Amino acid sequence: MASPPGQQRDSEGVSVGRRVVRAFLYQRELTPIVITVLLFVYFTIKAGSTFTGTLSLSSAAGYAGPIGAIAVGEVMLLVLAEIDLSAGQVFLFSPWMMYWMHNDGLPLIVAILIALLACCAVGAINGLITVRLNVPSFVTTLATNFILYGIVLVYSNDAEASPIPLSGQTSFISQLMGSWKWAEILWVVAITIVLTIVLNRTRFGVRVIATGGNLTGAAEAGVPIRRVKVWCFVLCSFVAGLVGIVDAVKYGSLDPGNFGVDYILYAVGACVIGGTALTGGRGTVVGALIGAILIGVLEDGLTLTGVSTNQFFIWVGVVIIIAMALNVQFDRIIARSRSR
Amino acid sequence: MSTSAQPTQPTPPAANGTAALEVRGVTKSFGVLNVLRGIDLTLRQGEVLGLVGDNGAGKSTLVKILSGFHQPDGGEILVGGDRVSFSSVESARSQGIETVYQDLALIPQLPVYQNLFLGHEITTLGPIRLLNKREMRKLARQYLDDINVHVPSVDADAELLSGGQRQAIAVARSVRAARKILLLDEPLAAMGARESRLIIDLVKDLATSGRVSIIVIDHNYAHLFELCDRLNVMQGGRITINQQVNETSLEELTELMVSSYRRQIEEVQNAGA
Repeated sequence: MASPPGQQRDSEGVSVGRRVVRAFLYQRELTPIVITVLLFVYFTIKAGSTFTGTLSLSSAAGYAGPIGAIAVGEVMLLVLAEIDLSAGQVFLFSPWMMYWMHNDGLPLIVAILIALLACCAVGAINGLITVRLNVPSFVTTLATNFILYGIVLVYSNDAEASPIPLSGQTSFISQLMGSWKWAEILWVVAITIVLTIVLNRTRFGVRVIATGGNLTGAAEAGVPIRRVKVWCFVLCSFVAGLVGIVDAVKYGSLDPGNFGVDYILYAVGACVIGGTALTGGRGTVVGALIGAILIGVLEDGLTLTGVSTNQFFIWVGVVIIIAMALNVQFDRIIARSRSR
Repeated sequence: MSTSAQPTQPTPPAANGTAALEVRGVTKSFGVLNVLRGIDLTLRQGEVLGLVGDNGAGKSTLVKILSGFHQPDGGEILVGGDRVSFSSVESARSQGIETVYQDLALIPQLPVYQNLFLGHEITTLGPIRLLNKREMRKLARQYLDDINVHVPSVDADAELLSGGQRQAIAVARSVRAARKILLLDEPLAAMGARESRLIIDLVKDLATSGRVSIIVIDHNYAHLFELCDRLNVMQGGRITINQQVNETSLEELTELMVSSYRRQIEEVQNAGA
């Protein structure tokens, strides 16, 4: 406080630089945010108002929405050192369930509730098989993924479904449930906020991190590890199913040929890009959303700049590798600064 | 139950008044391995009881049963004179039993203060109960100061701490939370002299306060003689020796253990013959 002004400036200069480095080391969401912003600037320069126009941005949001919805729920499982490969198929299955129930004459609200309950049941089954029968969640959810896909194919008679209830209407509820072009991404943002609070600010979140960080230690400290895991599977399926309905209302038709694994692989990619390792104990829900937005911007931008869409896959792969490598290197730097 | 070991071994004395903890004939097997073959043990109110024995004698298994982590195959457990059965760590904890495990139940990715409050988090009031991080930080800082545990910051993740600091946090957590009984499974393993001293003082303070009864497992007899009021020796899944610390010496205890082993070996040979 009493130090001469010159000295103060110097120490501030150092600390600002250090603080930036520290911020990037410890706030893993920052790197993908910077990359997303850079991509945004690049595509704006390349494509101008075509890229920044509403049509383009809403289609970027359209790419990011489903990936984000599945990714933010998936983070909870990755923090547990588990994985849910069926979440993509749950995302697709949920609106079918609503559609069938509604066609059977049930009121729409009841049809939606039954669809969401069915999704929760899928999550509970995933969780219970994993913790009770000790089947690795990778295998459990791989199996559920196929089963759900089969159910959709069988009961849809392999025919597309439309119209979807609520779709294309002007009522508030229809707009909220997906007809408005920003509805889906806003749902995902809202869910991201809720899950961030759950993970970082609640007793349940502490239990999730504890279970993923040190399974035996958490159990010895009285954390009901199995219950925590089952609830996270339920949560992940519920979120995927909820946004799956919004997505179906948005597009107005259902294609039984859509395969959930396509979605889940992007979602896990988004989690990794966002800074969540698959080793458990750590993860960021916000990062998963940013990862999804990054993929969305990339897909939209490459399409608009006239680059072959097939190149998109190459770039997604490159970004995932870079993100993971950065994460590992950041961890190393932290470990080294510790031992010094 | 073996009667052959009984004549020369003192049985655990009947408690004066109600014992804090009584274990009667507790058995536990893992597959074909009979780890506990009928444990009788009494922990008096406010007492520090040391549990010694070779690796594989069943000490940790006994502690894991008393803490609700494992369930016994047979026998009974009484806390404060009431028969209890623990289905989980939580249910043992609700009876006021806290445990510090050999393998340190710290979560590397959680900060010190959250580790200190793991399972006892403070939350805000209201319908949505959020973690009261500020309050937990403040209390953690105060408490660690009080007991002279020094960490870089209560916000540092546990993986940043030295082994000794981690051990100190693990012990401090349970000492803080223990209401009736504290179980310490090798609390001094892998600790430096200064840190061992810290933990010993912490446990002694708790013992002097008289509010908690303590069972401690350790391999260091110097520590045990300093900490404990009484020692129980476990051999082959049974408690074979029960001695007041102020009525015995390290030499005497060693002699008793050796002769007990000799007897066991003879038993095995006789059984074989």
